[in-house]
Order: sequence, then C-alpha cells, then structure tokens
Amino acid sequence: MINRRYLRAALPFLSLAIVLAATFYVQPRTMSYFGLNLMLQYAIPIALATIAQMFIITVNDLDLSIGPFVGLVGCISATLLLNDPLLGILALLACIAAYGLVGALIHIRNLPSIVVTLGLSFVWLGIAVLILPSPGGKAPMWLKAIMSYQTPWVPLPIIAAILIGGIVHVALMTSSFGVIGRGAGGNPKALQRAGWSMLKTKVAMFTIAGFFGVLAGLSLLGLTTSADAHVADRYTLYSIAGVILGGGEFIGGRVSPMGSVVGALTLALAGAFLIFLKISPDWQIGAQGAILIIVLAMRALITGGEARR
Amino acid sequence: MKPALKRLGHQPWLGSFIAATVVWLMTIAFTGGQGGGEILTSALSFGTFTVIVGLGQMMVITTGPGNVDLSIPATMTLSGVIAMKIMNTDEALLLIGILAALSASLVVGVANYILIRLLRIPPIIATLSSSFLILSTAISYGRGIRIKPPPSLAEFATVRYAGVPVVAVAVVALSFLLAIVLKRTIYGRTVLAIGQNERAAWLAGLNVKSVRFATYLLSALFAGICGILQSGFSGGAALNMGDDFLLSSIAVVVIGGTSVAGGKANVPGIWGAALFMYLLVTMLNIFGASPGVRLILTGVMIIAVITMAGGEKASR
Repeated sequence: MINRRYLRAALPFLSLAIVLAATFYVQPRTMSYFGLNLMLQYAIPIALATIAQMFIITVNDLDLSIGPFVGLVGCISATLLLNDPLLGILALLACIAAYGLVGALIHIRNLPSIVVTLGLSFVWLGIAVLILPSPGGKAPMWLKAIMSYQTPWVPLPIIAAILIGGIVHVALMTSSFGVIGRGAGGNPKALQRAGWSMLKTKVAMFTIAGFFGVLAGLSLLGLTTSADAHVADRYTLYSIAGVILGGGEFIGGRVSPMGSVVGALTLALAGAFLIFLKISPDWQIGAQGAILIIVLAMRALITGGEARR
Repeated sequence: MKPALKRLGHQPWLGSFIAATVVWLMTIAFTGGQGGGEILTSALSFGTFTVIVGLGQMMVITTGPGNVDLSIPATMTLSGVIAMKIMNTDEALLLIGILAALSASLVVGVANYILIRLLRIPPIIATLSSSFLILSTAISYGRGIRIKPPPSLAEFATVRYAGVPVVAVAVVALSFLLAIVLKRTIYGRTVLAIGQNERAAWLAGLNVKSVRFATYLLSALFAGICGILQSGFSGGAALNMGDDFLLSSIAVVVIGGTSVAGGKANVPGIWGAALFMYLLVTMLNIFGASPGVRLILTGVMIIAVITMAGGEKASR
C-alpha cells in the first residue's frame, strides 16, 4: 500500500497539475512562455501572502488582516517609497515591526488572534485610506522593472515560486529555528519546558509574516503599477485557502512551504481557468468554491485512514 | 481553574455594555445632549441585525476551536433575494416567501455540515467555499433586480413604539430563549460540553454529531431570518447586503465575552457588543472623523476591548 503521507504531500502538486492540464486543454495557446507568464504573474503576490499566512498558522494563530496589510504596503510604496525612499523604507520597516508587536500582544495577553487581527485589518485599511484616499500613486520604476523582467526560458512567476518555496522550506523545515517555530504550534508547553521562549518564537514568526506581507505588497504594486487601499482585500481568504490547499493544518504546526506556494499557484490558475471556460460571470465565484471543495474532498479521501490516529 | 469565582468577579458581558455606555455618553456630551435618544433608537435598529447573526455565530464558535461560520453573509443574501423574489411585493405570498427563504437557509446549513463532517474540511474553509457557491446562486437567481418587500414586512422591520423597534424587542425575546436553551436544555449543555472537550463529551455519551449538525443548521437559519428582516428594513435585497456581517458577526461574539476557544457562550454580551460597535461608528461620524481615522479607531477599539477583557487561560 502506498504511504498515505507521501500521497498527502503530493496532493497539492497533483491538484496544480490537474488544473494546469485542464487549462491547457481548454486554451492550448496558454501553453507558452507568454501564456504562462500572463496567467501566473498574479500568483507571485498571492504566494507571498500565503507564505506570510503560513508562518502565522504555524504557531496556531490566524491572520485575518493580511489582505488589507498587503493593500497598505502598496499604498505606502506608491507614495512614500516613490517620493522619499528613506522614509518609505522606514515606514515599511515599521509595518514589519508592528506585526512583531502584535505577535507579542497576542502571546502576552493570551488573546484570540482572530479578533486581534480582525481589529488590525481595520487599522491597516484606515492608514491606507489616509495615505491614499482614492486609488492612485505610482509604483517605483525599479519595482516595475523587477516584476516585468523576462527571465530566459522559464517565466518569472515559476522561478519566483520555486525560489520562494525553496528558501522558506530550507528555513522552516530544515533549520533548528524552523523546528522551534513548528514546535511552538505543535506543543507550546513542551517547547516552554524545554527552555525556549514562546514569546520570542511568536514575535519572530509574526515578524517574518510581516516581512512576507511587505514582499507581497511590493510585488503586487509592481504588477498593478498603481495602488488602491482595497486592492488586496481578498488576499486574506486566498492566503488561508492557499495554506490549507497546500496541505497545512490550522493547528499543530503542521504546514508545508512548498505546498503553500503550490496552493497559491492553484488558486491563481483556477481563476484564469474559469475565465477560459467562459462560464457565466454569475458562477465565477461559485466555481472557485467548487474547486476548493473538490481538492479538499480528494485530500479527505486520501488521508482518510490517517485522521483516525 | 476557578470558573465559579471568576464568573462572579468578572462578568464577561459587562465590559461591552460599559464600553457602549461610555461611547454613547461621549457622543451626547459632544452634541450637548442633542439626539441621544435617536442615536439609541438607531443603534437598536441596526444592532438588532448584527445580534441575530451573532447569536448563530456564537453557537457555532462555542462548539470549539476552529468552528466558525463564514457563510453567514452569503446565506443572508440568498435568503433575502429568495424572499423578495417570491413575495414579489405581494402580501399573499409573504408566508410562502419566508418559508422558501428559510428552507434555502437550512439547505445551506445541511451542506455546510456535510462538507465538515463527511469531507472533514476545516469549518473555516468549508463555510468559506460554500459561501462562494451560495453567493453565486444568489447572484444568478437574483439577477440584480431589486424588488421591494411587501408593505407588512417593511412595516414589521421598521416600526417602532416610543423609540423602541419592534424587531429589537422580538430579538431580545429570542436572545432570552437562546440563553435558556443554552443553560437548561440538553442541546445547550451539549454545545458547551463539546466546546470544552469534545472527546470527553463523546465519551460521556453525548450526541456530538447531531448537536454539531443542529448548531450549523441554527446558524444558517438565523442568517436566513436576518436576511429577510434586513431586506424588509432596507427596502429590498441587495447582493452586497451581507458584506459587513462577516466581520461583525465574529466581532460581536468575541467582544461580548464568548470564548473563541469554545465552551463558554455569552448571550447578553452580544447585545452589548453590537450596540458598542454601532455607537462607536456613530460617535466617530458625529465627531467628523475622516473615513481613514474612523477605520483606524474602530480597529484600535476592537483590539483595546479584547485586550482589556483579556484572553482566557489556556486550559489545554
């Protein structure tokens, strides 16, 4: 019998392959450098946001504010970073630090992260609206250049996805820091008794999440070239769905960086696929829900025996 | 653990009512006593809708960590659209419309539970995915036509006596009923027991499955009721009518003192929190705050309230 764990780990890749094959079948012209580039370019910010969410989920918390945060980073970058790079960088660093502080607050007061980040989502949106009351601003030239850079042979989004997934995999799955981070989600008490600081771990994980949130905001701005406070509101849901599609669990520090990136790619691709299918716009959202359900149902079937412990 | 002592010294719902009162007093201090009553009336009107969905969300959240119903806004929309379209402003079809809308809501509840139970999808993702499908159904069925509610429904949803909306009174009664159900019935006690320790509840012979099923049904039903009333209140169903309720349904539950870790529900707190949230926005509006400042302060207030209320000690 095939090992269920391997099957489970392979499932995100399998789902991506199926959606990709279906897209190629419906629209063969996408099977090219430009086709893939066009379809997948928005997967980069989604993948980065998903990685940010994954770090939070690793320590058993949930971030409902990542979408507005990505929007805020865009607004800061399209105004402050453009006009006064130093001030812009400081502002972005402050954003990352704020994430770390929130991690500390959640841990010290033992607060439900859902509510705290729910409140935060209003704060991020508010600051973004103050900075940029109506859509506008301009992406810095270098950011546009990076995001529209045409790599030889393999389109940028694919290289970016492999890089992001690979780096985070090495950091989280093979380093001792990563083990502690995942341990904080798996068994916080054991971690504490072993002498590690839960506070430091949580702050570190939240700070890293903030960092990836900033990267997501920057890459999204590089693609859209102008900012809007609400541009990334859906990213909150995308990022959670991406982590779960990628084989992650909400509790227990059980996550997969590569899987999460692949989950994000699947979500981005599913959107393009549905457009190619020419189904009525009324059912676009519904079909996305259906894809989510089908993939997760497959996982339930495959891992059926495992959950019974 | 000292739950009894803690409960006496620290009523979880008190905070939200104090916060609501403080915000209201600050508002009327600013206006010099002008319009205090009117503000309370509209807080009751709008807060009532949040309370209805909040009650359902509270039951779901109480069944334990990870349980949350994200399909409430979509269910509200679907229910409102179906009710308005079937009633078609005709009084005679009022009951049929209500029945159809509530049946559709119950179907949503059943579907959610099937996803969670049979496919073992985490409730957050299950209700999220189903909400996409529900919304598409509503969009496709509603086709963007705005149909007015029958006069009697609009009348019921908006009428007030001495500044007190009738719907608010009805929902207060519903809240009392639910509080009694929670405290005095096997169903209610089971919900709390599952939230405290699902395995222990199961070992004790409680019917975990059917109670959880009933809870998701209840949440969908309340969302359906809210959708119908909201359509009556605002002159028809709109496809975005549920949008605000995604966050607010969760926020009122938690600000009201219900434990997100499950096993501890608080009905009066939902009222306090719903009034607080509405009064806060009203206050910021009256103070003339810009939309940005209003958003920031709303967020800061939510975080401040939950920080002051403090988290529950982790028991697991």
